[in-house]
Amino acid sequence: MIVELGHMALIIALVVSVFQTIIPLYGTACQQARLISFACPAAIVQFTALVLSFGALINAFVTSDFSVANVAYNSSFLKPMLYKVSGVWGNHEGSMLLWVLILSFFGASVAIFGGNLPEILRARAIAVQGLIGASFLTFIIFTSNPFARLIPAPIDGRGLNPLLQDIGLALHPPILYLGYVGLSTTFSFAVAALLEGRVSQLWARWVRPWILAAWVALTAGITLGSIWSYYELGWGGWWFWDPVENASFMPWLAATALLHSVVVVEKRNALKRWTILLALVAFAFSLLGTFLVRSGVLTSVHSFAADSQRGMFILVLLSIAIVGSLSLYAWRAPKIESSGTFLLISREGALVINNLFTVTGAGTVLIGTIYPLFLESISDEKISVGPPFFEATFVPLMVPLIFAVGVGPFLAWKRNNLVSALHNLIFATVCLVVVFVCLLGAPIGAVFGMALAVWLMLAVLTEWAKRVRLFRVSLFASLSRARLLPRSAYGMSIAHFGLAVFIFGAVGDNLYSTEVVRYASPGDKIKIAGHTLTFQSVTKQLGINYDAYVGKFVMENGQVIESERRFFPVEGQQTTEVGLSVRPSGDIYTVLGEAVAQDKWTIRIYYNALVVWIWIGTALMSVGGLLSFLDARLRIAL
Amino acid sequence: MYRFLSIIPLLGAIILLFALVWPILEDHNPEELPSALLNKQVPVFDLPGLDPKAPRVRSANLIGKPAIVNFFASWCIPCRIEITELRTIASDGIIIYGLAYKDDTEAIRRFLSSFGNPYKMVGLDRDGRIGLEFGVYGLPETYIIDSKGFIRYRHVGALTNEMIKNILVPLLNKLGQ
Repeated sequence: MIVELGHMALIIALVVSVFQTIIPLYGTACQQARLISFACPAAIVQFTALVLSFGALINAFVTSDFSVANVAYNSSFLKPMLYKVSGVWGNHEGSMLLWVLILSFFGASVAIFGGNLPEILRARAIAVQGLIGASFLTFIIFTSNPFARLIPAPIDGRGLNPLLQDIGLALHPPILYLGYVGLSTTFSFAVAALLEGRVSQLWARWVRPWILAAWVALTAGITLGSIWSYYELGWGGWWFWDPVENASFMPWLAATALLHSVVVVEKRNALKRWTILLALVAFAFSLLGTFLVRSGVLTSVHSFAADSQRGMFILVLLSIAIVGSLSLYAWRAPKIESSGTFLLISREGALVINNLFTVTGAGTVLIGTIYPLFLESISDEKISVGPPFFEATFVPLMVPLIFAVGVGPFLAWKRNNLVSALHNLIFATVCLVVVFVCLLGAPIGAVFGMALAVWLMLAVLTEWAKRVRLFRVSLFASLSRARLLPRSAYGMSIAHFGLAVFIFGAVGDNLYSTEVVRYASPGDKIKIAGHTLTFQSVTKQLGINYDAYVGKFVMENGQVIESERRFFPVEGQQTTEVGLSVRPSGDIYTVLGEAVAQDKWTIRIYYNALVVWIWIGTALMSVGGLLSFLDARLRIAL
Repeated sequence: MYRFLSIIPLLGAIILLFALVWPILEDHNPEELPSALLNKQVPVFDLPGLDPKAPRVRSANLIGKPAIVNFFASWCIPCRIEITELRTIASDGIIIYGLAYKDDTEAIRRFLSSFGNPYKMVGLDRDGRIGLEFGVYGLPETYIIDSKGFIRYRHVGALTNEMIKNILVPLLNKLGQ
């Protein structure tokens, strides 16, 4: 019964979203206030219906109702409760439902929190949001119904892919989707602005919090995914340039560019058309990511479902959204006028450089991800690219970007002298050279990366010191200046500092990590990166829904690291749980391989240098974004 | 001027979408790519082995008994999953030749010692030229070659247990008779 109600709520949401699109758009066209004011309640009703629908699906999973096909295929009695719930989005149908739920959440947020927006802009944005919702709800109801029944109902379900039974993965999809779909709001605002044919500085101020919210969620979501693949897949790496990772990285890059260009619109009334275009492209990347993951055009470890009918459907949606919005852009954008002018050496100039390189980076990732398809469709030639491609093309693009990140904040708006800005960076640059020389001997690219990370950290600190006039005025005066700095200033500094910390970790991992693979019996000692581990024992243990072999390793200081090899009988799969000792200098990461003989096991031990700084760096970036977000909200309330 | 410029994103997107649509319109399932070489003689190759002293891996080696040719690389994530399945069939006596695609010797050695080595011989296709001649589309890729050296089956992507049981093993048995 509850399942049917959920299904019903889903259909109601579709009907409401259709009206949510048509009525306000018609209302704005013929200027009928009553029709325009239909937008907000519709967005809230659509969200409520989807909450009910999603709740019904969660209920089916929690009560293990195997007469629902989706539950039978993706859950089982024995699964721990947390994973029964996270199983809701651990499959194609459920994750699409989560997608539209979040979409309608943003629609409803605009309705509830957008009181300061002009009525017409808000109605149009909500209508566009409704259109996206209607398309995806059609997709779900006709091709991927999560409430389809299975007759006869099986006694037990097939279980969830054990790799997905993990706390990191319980959180990763909802947060990532929050970011992916969050860009829909910016998209809707951009389309609304195009319909209006006008972009004001206020427009930039209104959309900025939405961009920030999406950006923070994307950053956190990608980080969680990366942490998950680091400790769950047991391959010692944290980023594989896998198509699905790329699918989330491209919107992130576009959102990063957007975040910076919208500041130029707000402060200087320039770069308007470009910003609108970026807003459209950023969401197009989100849709493209959804398409790549859901259609099976690219095979990847992540994709749960490969189905060409669904692929076709999403592709049609993608085409309509992209072609439609870009046609609108081609038609209306020439009307939008920018008044601000600036020279290349200025704050705006640095932000343009940021945009240039992040967008080129996104393009590079895009090419690396779909190039095999592209080339085949035009020449029938078949090729394959892997991490070597991205390391050769994407990474070098980031170098000038990082310089711009360091120098940009020292530049004034409109016009500036590069020499006087660089004057501030003498100390940082000297340190860059010192670090570079000290580390020489290792691969030159990595050494340069390390030096660059240190340079950027110092550049950010110098900029902060300059703002509070540290050592120029009394310490007390500096402190009170520091307290008065706006939150967004701290947001920027912290996020930039986080980027530097991230580079430090990523390059350090590349430069200093080592690994040992060998056969070992209990009692053997294994040396790695100055540590000695004793492989102590392997014991058999029973988990809730799995059997496990637990390998015990002891470090020289007595710390015990346990890693497991789990066998899930319901799903018929094995997973490895790595043993991890996290430390600032580098993680010790142990993997228990297969038994090769009685009491003889394949053991893999990695020393992953400085990896923890990668997560700290991205966490700082998220915190920085969050601070700016809070600041922006404060300003809107005024 | 700007009117013209503002059409460019649209044109770019249309080309991009076209690239994505084409494979689907051709009813193109990435898991079952027909090979232009299906039922043709295997491309001629002569590749160095993993060890400097090991014999070279040649297409001539394939003649005599049905065998599997598997393209893999240490940087390919699905290969790590697939290799477990390959080890199982290798232990049943099926001959598998591994061709390491655009990879370096040290990385392959580490890869095989971590995940096990199912291959009778491993050839190094360093520049991917032989992969190109086979028409390798993405890694891993698997070809079944009959005893006369003709390609009889091609699969793109990681082999699953089911596929091995239902397609590969019956086909190899048939070819072996």
